[in-house]
Amino acid sequence: MALTEQDIARLARLAGLRLDPSEQERARRELERILGLIAQLQAVDTTGIEPMAHPLEGRQDVSLRLRDDRAAPALTLEQRAAHMANAPAQHEGLFLVPTVIE
Amino acid sequence: MSAIHEFEGIQALADALRQGRVSAAELAGEALRAARAYGDPQLFLHIDEDLTLAQARAADAAIAAGRAGPLTGIPIAHKDLFVTRGWRSTAASRMLDGYLSPFDATVVARLREAGAVSLGKLSCDEFAMGSGNENSAFGPVRNPWDPERIPGGSSGGSAAAVAARLVLGATGTDTGGSVRQPAALCGVSGIKPTYGTVSRYGIVAYASSLDQAGPIARSARDLVPLLDAISGFDPLDSTSLETCDGRANAPGRVLEDYERAQARFEAAGARPLEGLRIGVPREFLNEGLSAEVGAAVEAALSVFEALGARRVDISLPRTALSIPAYYVIAPAEASSNLSRYDGVRYGHRAAGYEDVADMTSRSRTEGFGDEVRRRILVGTYVLSHGYYDAYYLQAQRVRRMIADDFRKAFAEDCDLIMGPVTPAVARRIGDNRQDPIADWLGDIYTLGVSLAGLPGMSIPCGFSGDARPLPIGLQIIGNHFDEGRLLALADRYQQATDWHQRTPGQQ
Repeated sequence: MALTEQDIARLARLAGLRLDPSEQERARRELERILGLIAQLQAVDTTGIEPMAHPLEGRQDVSLRLRDDRAAPALTLEQRAAHMANAPAQHEGLFLVPTVIE
Repeated sequence: MSAIHEFEGIQALADALRQGRVSAAELAGEALRAARAYGDPQLFLHIDEDLTLAQARAADAAIAAGRAGPLTGIPIAHKDLFVTRGWRSTAASRMLDGYLSPFDATVVARLREAGAVSLGKLSCDEFAMGSGNENSAFGPVRNPWDPERIPGGSSGGSAAAVAARLVLGATGTDTGGSVRQPAALCGVSGIKPTYGTVSRYGIVAYASSLDQAGPIARSARDLVPLLDAISGFDPLDSTSLETCDGRANAPGRVLEDYERAQARFEAAGARPLEGLRIGVPREFLNEGLSAEVGAAVEAALSVFEALGARRVDISLPRTALSIPAYYVIAPAEASSNLSRYDGVRYGHRAAGYEDVADMTSRSRTEGFGDEVRRRILVGTYVLSHGYYDAYYLQAQRVRRMIADDFRKAFAEDCDLIMGPVTPAVARRIGDNRQDPIADWLGDIYTLGVSLAGLPGMSIPCGFSGDARPLPIGLQIIGNHFDEGRLLALADRYQQATDWHQRTPGQQ
């Protein structure tokens, strides 16, 4: 399947990635090759076959559990600090990002 | 002072610890020195002596108090895909460089509670995406049998550390073969259990409908206590199973099945595997299989036949389709899972940017390596409007057909399935760099098992004729929840052979 520069640019935008022109061209060539590989799936007759999302479907009940609707204990200040410690930019327990709304 | 390579396995070391012939602290100190002195500085991504020695002292206290279990004081290490308190957790990605988890993965916590002593974090392919450990952002890992070769992946560091006798066991994860393939290429034993039997909580997510943790060790016998300790229901993983065919999913299940199978083999006498039907898929012995791997697998099958098993020719007709099905489903789930890396709450943030969207895309592009970006793009494509049905849902339909082929084989033809793990022995580092898809094609024998959620293992079954001989693995595939019996069968093979006792440099 042939992909255009515009296809790759749109895909990169959807994926949250920035590709410079040389990377875009490489990505286009690689993706065309990969799509050639996965195109084999189109030739398979899957009439009447349901998509399988969980590998144990059919073996036993695999419905997703919901936890009880009960409040869990809140984090302590120390626990919050441990979680916040990995943030690239923070201030007094808040995550800092560039201005979103002027 | 005793080094861990002097002990035959976990049981022998546990006995020595309980009898006071060696202490866990001595052993951990020696193991840390060996790990630091090891010739491949990229194998461990993080070692922290104080944390390891604290675990060892706790193990010694448990032994002194008479509370020792089968893993108390046993040196292990974790694939860096598992998050750990204290030790950094990076998934071998620049994105998570320096990340400190506030909690332990369930697998890590269970092994700690069982008394195992962790030496630290082992390299892997970035976000577990790869088959050669070359996609680590921190450099490739070398195969202990030949430093010019890959150890396999994505759990390459785990297999290499066990092969090099630096640890007695290591954790791994297997999404499309990432425990079995490196175990095969490094000449060690590894098992991927049935999907849902081991918690995914605290494993950095790659493809959630496929990801499953499993241990790597020298022998099937050593895998038993490791797998048994980490198996069990976990409310923190939404796809964790509460029951396995009506039995509780809990520690003890695998061990009980293993012991029951062993007792039956024992009672059968000289031909312990009498009546057992081994299915050999003809699609696994195809033109893509190298002659030396094929010959080693044939020789292993003969050993099983000599033990009483019967070989049955079977067909898994969609084997070749497992490659496109997997490389649609896994990238689709990866693109969704990895959307969490936005440079806001944790992970890499670019130094300069214009606005929030620019910050996110710059951070992601800088933080992710080539293979991760490639799979995110593929996943984004197959999930995008207009292609979702044609690619993603179609791949899930083919997935069901592949799972049905296995179901039919187990229902009609055989009790378990055997074949190669990989088409060839470990390739040279750097060989497939120009063709990113070449490695994907090498996953052909392992992907179907993952798509069907079945347990599968790899055990050493021979060596190549290279000047530096390279290990070959035998794959053993069971029906759902049959991991205990698989381990017992593999142990019977290992009682009759000594491939698993070979050590790099001493062959």
